[in-house]
Amino acid sequence: MSAAWLHLPILQVVLPLFGAIAAAFLKRSASAFALALVVSWLMPVIAGALLWQVLTGGPVSYHLGGWEPPWGIEYRVDLLNAFVLLLISAIGAVIMPAARRSIDLEIEADRQPRFYCMFLLCLTGLLGIAITGDAFNAFVFLEISSLSTYVLIALGPDRRALLAAYRYLIVGTIGATFYVIGVGLLYLVTGTLNMADLAVRIGPAWEAQSRAIIAALGFITVGVGLKLALFPLHAWLPNAYTYAPSWVTVFLSASATKVAIYLLVRFYFSVFGSAVDLDLLPVATFIVALSVAAMFLASISAVFEPNLKRMLAYSSVAQIGYITLGIGLQNQAGVTGGLVHIVNHGMMKAALFLAAGAVLLRVRTVRIAELAGIGRKMPWTMAAFSVAGLGLIGTPGTTGFVSKWYLVLGAIERGWWPLAFLIVASSVIALVYVGRFLEIAWMREPAEGLAEAADPPGSVLLPLLILAAATIYFGLDTALTAGIAGQAAQSLLGGMR
Amino acid sequence: MSLDLILRIGTKLILPFILLFALYVQFHGDYGPGGGFQAGVIAAGMVILVSITFGLAAAKQVAPQAMVERMIPVGLLIYAGTGAAGFLFGRNYLDYSSFAHDPAHGHELGILLVEFGVLITVSGTMVSLFYAFVERGR
Repeated sequence: MSAAWLHLPILQVVLPLFGAIAAAFLKRSASAFALALVVSWLMPVIAGALLWQVLTGGPVSYHLGGWEPPWGIEYRVDLLNAFVLLLISAIGAVIMPAARRSIDLEIEADRQPRFYCMFLLCLTGLLGIAITGDAFNAFVFLEISSLSTYVLIALGPDRRALLAAYRYLIVGTIGATFYVIGVGLLYLVTGTLNMADLAVRIGPAWEAQSRAIIAALGFITVGVGLKLALFPLHAWLPNAYTYAPSWVTVFLSASATKVAIYLLVRFYFSVFGSAVDLDLLPVATFIVALSVAAMFLASISAVFEPNLKRMLAYSSVAQIGYITLGIGLQNQAGVTGGLVHIVNHGMMKAALFLAAGAVLLRVRTVRIAELAGIGRKMPWTMAAFSVAGLGLIGTPGTTGFVSKWYLVLGAIERGWWPLAFLIVASSVIALVYVGRFLEIAWMREPAEGLAEAADPPGSVLLPLLILAAATIYFGLDTALTAGIAGQAAQSLLGGMR
Repeated sequence: MSLDLILRIGTKLILPFILLFALYVQFHGDYGPGGGFQAGVIAAGMVILVSITFGLAAAKQVAPQAMVERMIPVGLLIYAGTGAAGFLFGRNYLDYSSFAHDPAHGHELGILLVEFGVLITVSGTMVSLFYAFVERGR
């Protein structure tokens, strides 16, 4: 047991990898599902243990192959990684039981074992990005997660899923290429790929090589921006989320973009921020401007969207805007708000997409116009949807309020009063698009097509209710989420020049 | 066709050399350019050549589809398993130092196993891709 304790960082990545290999050999979908369930339930246990190690003993470092960093690959877990690892693995574990029913509906039986294989591979990649302390290793994991994501999206029942996946493939490949060009430039300048070592070596290289370093920052920001769907690089996201199998959308919305945001934060604060005075460059201003544009334009797109899943996808782009806004604010409250919204939005959006998936499971449509009165037929599902929807708006008592509270504080601390106003104003648009659907779902007489509709089976309903309950619980008790995010923000900002 | 004879005999003559070259690239990877990836592609080229000359059915006798598709996870398993074998000796993942009496030989053996896994996965993937393209629209 004590031996495994030391190897936790690698087990976090290698267990899902072995799970994916095993799933590739399985013929029956039930056994592949059981395997994926066991693996995905082990993940938060490991992530929780890692968080505990970090909280009690400081950052954990694991040397792959026994090679000392910066020569070898180092897995380095500090508060920020541990937080992201716990989010990804916990959401994966909570929603995994719902996969069976949802996947049965949308993917043919003989393809299901491969679906679970791809899911586990995607989990490997996402957890790998979050855990590694090596810039190039992060690229490898980015590719592992991206390639498996393309497959997961392409498995969608609609033929348009293929096109959406292809589009994401093109854009995602450009993003990954930009990222690796940026890393390559940094390697030319510093001769190292270890993130902590990069942070040490960029500073002395700045005098002679500032242009290469600025170019590297630009390439990495744009490359990762494509992966996290930073406005206006978000064009791949709405269709990918709409046509992917419902359960895949639930998982991706809570994990893939969040891990990309983590990578941006890591590079921006830990690597560049600690080496160079970032106020010399207008990157943060750009990020704030783009974030505000995302909050408004994507929210307005959501208001006019007739498809429930795509409405939620546009809402995701807007909500990612809040996260990047907090990062761009670059102060304690702002970064705390951004980081805590990574978790809060992950929970809320997973609940919303899961509810949309439950609707699809029962009535085979997610066109809003056809869902009149669905609340009376599927009361528990829609109750969970409403709670998470209120969270999106930022109602007090939900997690969304906590995030926006910190963001507004961050904007005021910066002296940007109009920005504080814009954050509140954009919430009103969220109220419009969430409220529009809630009105249709609850206030109307049930449509004819909904006669057979009822709440989904427990395996889908229970994860949904857990996520909705978490949206309220973490809105009231912020010690775990905002507390850790605050500490992480403090250490990120404390290291900045 | 008269060309057919030359093609058939030529292909048959060249096949063992392709395999030999693949193995050369595989094992010479330690000292020069090459390694599992390149060797895997060359080995897959053998199956593709058989398919072009003798037809898909003949190629599938040489490399059945089920086997080829299995090769992809098998290679990965060899790779990941070699990494995990480090645990048995109380070392970190991917640490091959304890595989032999001295660490340098251990590393050599570890890399050899890993490259063997790469060879299997890459040639499996290449042939699977080829089968998938050839069978499209059938």
